[in-house]
Amino acid sequence: MRIPRIAMLTASTLAVATIAACHKTPPAPAPTPAAAPAGPNADSARRAQEETARRAAEAEAARRRADSIAAAEAAASNAASEMARMRAALTQMVHFDFDQSELRPEDRGILDAKVPILQANPSVTISIAGHTDERGSDEYNLALGQRRAAAAKAYLVQHGVAESRIETRSYGEERPIAQGSDESAWSQNRRAEFSITSGGQTLRRP
Amino acid sequence: MMRSFRAVLPAVMALAAASTTLRAQDSIPKGVFLNGTYDPLRDKLAIVVLPVAGAFGDSIRTIVQRDLDFSDRFAVLPIDTTDASAFRNPGAAGGLNYPLFARLNAAAIVAVTRIPTGLHVVLHNVSQSQVVNVEDMRLPTTGLSRDWRLAVHNASDEIERWVTGTRGIAATRISYIRGQSIRIVDSDGADEITVPTEPDVVSPAWSPDGSSIVYNSFGGSPKILLMDLATGRSRTLLGQQRNVTYLTPVFTPDGKTIVYSRSGENGSDLFSISVAGGDTPHRLTSGQGTDNTSPTVSPDGRRIVFTSGRLGRPELYIMDADGTNVNVLTDFESSERNYRSDPDWSPDGRTVAYQERVNGDRFQIRTVRVTGSSPKYLTSEGQNEQPSWAPDARHLVFTSDRSGQRQLWILDVESNRVRQLTHSSGSRLAAWSPRLAVP
Repeated sequence: MRIPRIAMLTASTLAVATIAACHKTPPAPAPTPAAAPAGPNADSARRAQEETARRAAEAEAARRRADSIAAAEAAASNAASEMARMRAALTQMVHFDFDQSELRPEDRGILDAKVPILQANPSVTISIAGHTDERGSDEYNLALGQRRAAAAKAYLVQHGVAESRIETRSYGEERPIAQGSDESAWSQNRRAEFSITSGGQTLRRP
Repeated sequence: MMRSFRAVLPAVMALAAASTTLRAQDSIPKGVFLNGTYDPLRDKLAIVVLPVAGAFGDSIRTIVQRDLDFSDRFAVLPIDTTDASAFRNPGAAGGLNYPLFARLNAAAIVAVTRIPTGLHVVLHNVSQSQVVNVEDMRLPTTGLSRDWRLAVHNASDEIERWVTGTRGIAATRISYIRGQSIRIVDSDGADEITVPTEPDVVSPAWSPDGSSIVYNSFGGSPKILLMDLATGRSRTLLGQQRNVTYLTPVFTPDGKTIVYSRSGENGSDLFSISVAGGDTPHRLTSGQGTDNTSPTVSPDGRRIVFTSGRLGRPELYIMDADGTNVNVLTDFESSERNYRSDPDWSPDGRTVAYQERVNGDRFQIRTVRVTGSSPKYLTSEGQNEQPSWAPDARHLVFTSDRSGQRQLWILDVESNRVRQLTHSSGSRLAAWSPRLAVP
């Protein structure tokens, strides 16, 4: 098969361009040190001094710039980890006993940790999804999941979070996070999950 | 006619005993008597289905034989079809060779021939050596299509009615859930289809005329939806309400009302709403924070059995259709560990099938009279759940993991024979249709 010359050229040009694009951009070469002033000319010596001073000032400015960027980055990193911590607290699950929708005493702390964050961020809304293990009736479990979500919501509302900011839903046994038919899987699946539905882009610290 | 067939039954006893149609016996728990009077020799009638000539003849014969077998009212006799000339007397207009079939211990013979409009079906009584029923039945032109198979099933049901006085249940379908989608399969396990719905749906239930299905979606956007099976289109009956999950919708027997459970932030209660729409939901239970789900309406429409957790554990309750006169139905063998749910009222109105956790372990299918008496175990092998009655009030479809995966199985409560309906794992939440008309 004959390939027209222009097409071949275009193809090879494209190939080169693609290979080039695949390579990482090489680092910029380090600045060459300023050459020492040379020559008998005083004018040229003065110019060299000025040049040295200018370069020093530039270097100082660059250092300051870099420092401030690093500081900003550190601050941002702290804020990001703080944000991640608050998000994790807001979305930490609670678990339930078999066929029960009462909150376990040891899980109340998980809900307590959400309250100040929700109060400091009044624009945040959340959704609570109730889940069950695979035992019990498939259909009755949808009701049980709804009851679990409602129990978690009721606790938050009792502690001052506006009812309108919390939506509840149920997945029953339809969304297990642990596979298997043993108590280990069952206990992980009997849960209420929390998700941020709006206002979670930035979170204020309580 | 039924009497004329019954008269020959002693003659088929030996043959029926030798047949293997009752091989799949479910085991019975110790100390439980299950319909102890069932006698397959007395209750089954030996029948022969002659070879069917013409297009799709083999398929027609296979389907009819299987339908009659699955009815659990017939022993379908295998015959040697290599020399079909032996079935008829010599001569152009020769009738059936009745003495030959009498020697085979057949009580009845089905002869089906293809005619341009469909099937010409003839039923012979062997002991009387005569034709007892003849009917031409329409068959859709597209062989092996869904409607065509339904029409053949319909012929089987008509044959069963001629012989026993009761229409069969071959021309029915079963809706169920697999992978959170609704599927529909013929009563013999063939022709499964997936019904197009939004994702995450459960609990399909049939309208009394078989034309539509009510079901609910959960999770993202909980709703109760109605699907018109002819168009495949669903419309939302209830939904778009925050903090609510809708559960277990069913039709009332007049087809005009949906009874369902609304699960909110103060438990789950039963409500009813008109299928036509336009009215507000009418509350039927006052569970005061407990869960009240899974309504099943009596065939006369006057009472409802449902699951309620009002005693702290799921039990079955019975009440009038307007929500008054609530009583616990399953008040026998009372224990804190009881878990009884998923009731289905039998089409003959007499019993309720449900699931019960046995010894705090696995669920088994039980039945109880609507008076609350005579509770019986129907299963013991594996875990068995979610029973739904066939229109004959004799067969149940249910979910069982006895094969290692959740599948649908069918149980004949008279003979205790079981057969597997589905072969794709994760099948559950079956609902048996009413008898379906051929389109």
